[in-house]
Amino acid sequence: MSGIKLSYRVDGDNFSSAGEASEQVKMRLKQLGVDSSIIRRVAIAMYEAEINMVIHAKGGMAYVEVEPDRIVLSLQDEGPGIADIELAMKEGYSTAPDTIRALGFGAGMGLPNMKKYTDEMKITSEVGKGTTVDMIIYLSAK
Amino acid sequence: MMKNFYSVTLDPEKCKGCINCMKHCPTEAIRVRGGKAQILYDRCIGCGECIRACSHHAKKVNYDPFSIIDGYEYKIALPPPSLYGQFQNLTNINYVLQGLLDLGFDDVFEVSCGAELASQVTRMYIDHAHNLPVISSACPAVVELILMRFHNLKDHLLPILAPVEIAAKLAREAAVKKTGLAPEKIGIFFISPCPAKIFTLKTGLGSTSSKVDGVLAQSDVYFRLVEKMNAIKTEPDERMTSGLLGVGWASSGGEAAGVLKEKYLAADGIENCISVLEALENNTLTDVDFVELNACPGGCVGGVLNVENPFIARAKIKKLRKYMPVTRSRIEDFGRDLSYFAWEKDPETMPVFRLDADFGKALMKMQQVEDIYAQLPKLDCGLCGAPSCRSFAEDVVSGRLPEGAVCPRLKEE
Repeated sequence: MSGIKLSYRVDGDNFSSAGEASEQVKMRLKQLGVDSSIIRRVAIAMYEAEINMVIHAKGGMAYVEVEPDRIVLSLQDEGPGIADIELAMKEGYSTAPDTIRALGFGAGMGLPNMKKYTDEMKITSEVGKGTTVDMIIYLSAK
Repeated sequence: MMKNFYSVTLDPEKCKGCINCMKHCPTEAIRVRGGKAQILYDRCIGCGECIRACSHHAKKVNYDPFSIIDGYEYKIALPPPSLYGQFQNLTNINYVLQGLLDLGFDDVFEVSCGAELASQVTRMYIDHAHNLPVISSACPAVVELILMRFHNLKDHLLPILAPVEIAAKLAREAAVKKTGLAPEKIGIFFISPCPAKIFTLKTGLGSTSSKVDGVLAQSDVYFRLVEKMNAIKTEPDERMTSGLLGVGWASSGGEAAGVLKEKYLAADGIENCISVLEALENNTLTDVDFVELNACPGGCVGGVLNVENPFIARAKIKKLRKYMPVTRSRIEDFGRDLSYFAWEKDPETMPVFRLDADFGKALMKMQQVEDIYAQLPKLDCGLCGAPSCRSFAEDVVSGRLPEGAVCPRLKEE
């Protein structure tokens, strides 16, 4: 039994379409019959990562692999990168501009939420090159 | 759940096989096959979007004929508050209630009375709910949608009977007491603004049994009723059992206002409801205690069985509500405890979008869908009879289309 690979381009210059990729993934997982509590965790983690890519990195690519026992998410951008990952992981820490905060985003909960709702999370980043957020959610709780 | 009652049906004579209804269906429950629209009933939420979209009037609502009331010894009409917004120059709702009596009903029981009781129960429920926000269960199209597509949110649904069900229960009991007749000799008839309410009243959602004996259509009752109302010579007696709170349920925001909480959200129109449900699922909508969702634009006044434009009806109701007391009915008046208003059963989620019950097979099928989809022009033109290229691919994989079915656009090339 093999898995399935899905990929989505996240458009960076249109904030109003942010969240479309996670919505697509959510629908795919529902079609696969994945347990709804798992779908909720994937939805939240991926949505946060997708929004981050739009706010900070002018978009990027979202790769989703659904394997028989786990869901692997990889969100890759070529944005400014994160200088201090430990600091970025702190609840409430945010570098989002005021225009984004005015929309209700930028509360500094994005990365902490991604960690909270996934089983494994890894950030790889290089200033000036970009950031990759890898996340894994296991289906075994099913 | 097996559906054995269809609230929306097709008149194949009138159907031209255009794709308007299919493109408007929010659950992709319509296909055009052999030049006629077909409804995939396991996906139909009864919202009525296809009826709105059909310019040939080929989509029909399956309601009971008015003559059904003749089969009962004692007949009670349940008018919903949306009905009050349908009339020209109406200044007093008692004309509507008297008109219904003149039409042959022995009594009337306002659904807005049931709504006031539902509001009171909701207020008590929210104060102890741990699953905030509470999502209204009054619009059956929205509840069906949640059961099909937003399984995560099922536990947020308000587990109490809809106002019409509360009204029907109380009306039958009061009539038994008053007339001494057996309960089955009493006929309870809802005058529905929409197909979704017909569907749930016939099949039950949080109910174990149908609370009504028939569901009439507002559009069918309207002209008979206007005739009777116009013939009323003297000021009718006061029969109202609801105030501005219950009557306010007719339009979007009315139910939420009745919760008497500051942190609420009210959305109407099926696409807006879907956006709000998506946000709830993504955890991006927080700090609200109550969410009211109405599939129809403007709320129940926007149901496809209404006669008047939803926004005109809403304005008329606003005028009628002026100088009304806030409420006229409280649960204390009926001497019932909370369990009387609670759902009698937990409605089940329906995995209608699942490709296969077996996860491994579902993964395989989704790969096939992706492979087919990759070849398609992604125009979502509807020529193939499916609402989008993706649903065409899903239809092939799920066997709704024969294997080897070809996209007509690709065939042209």
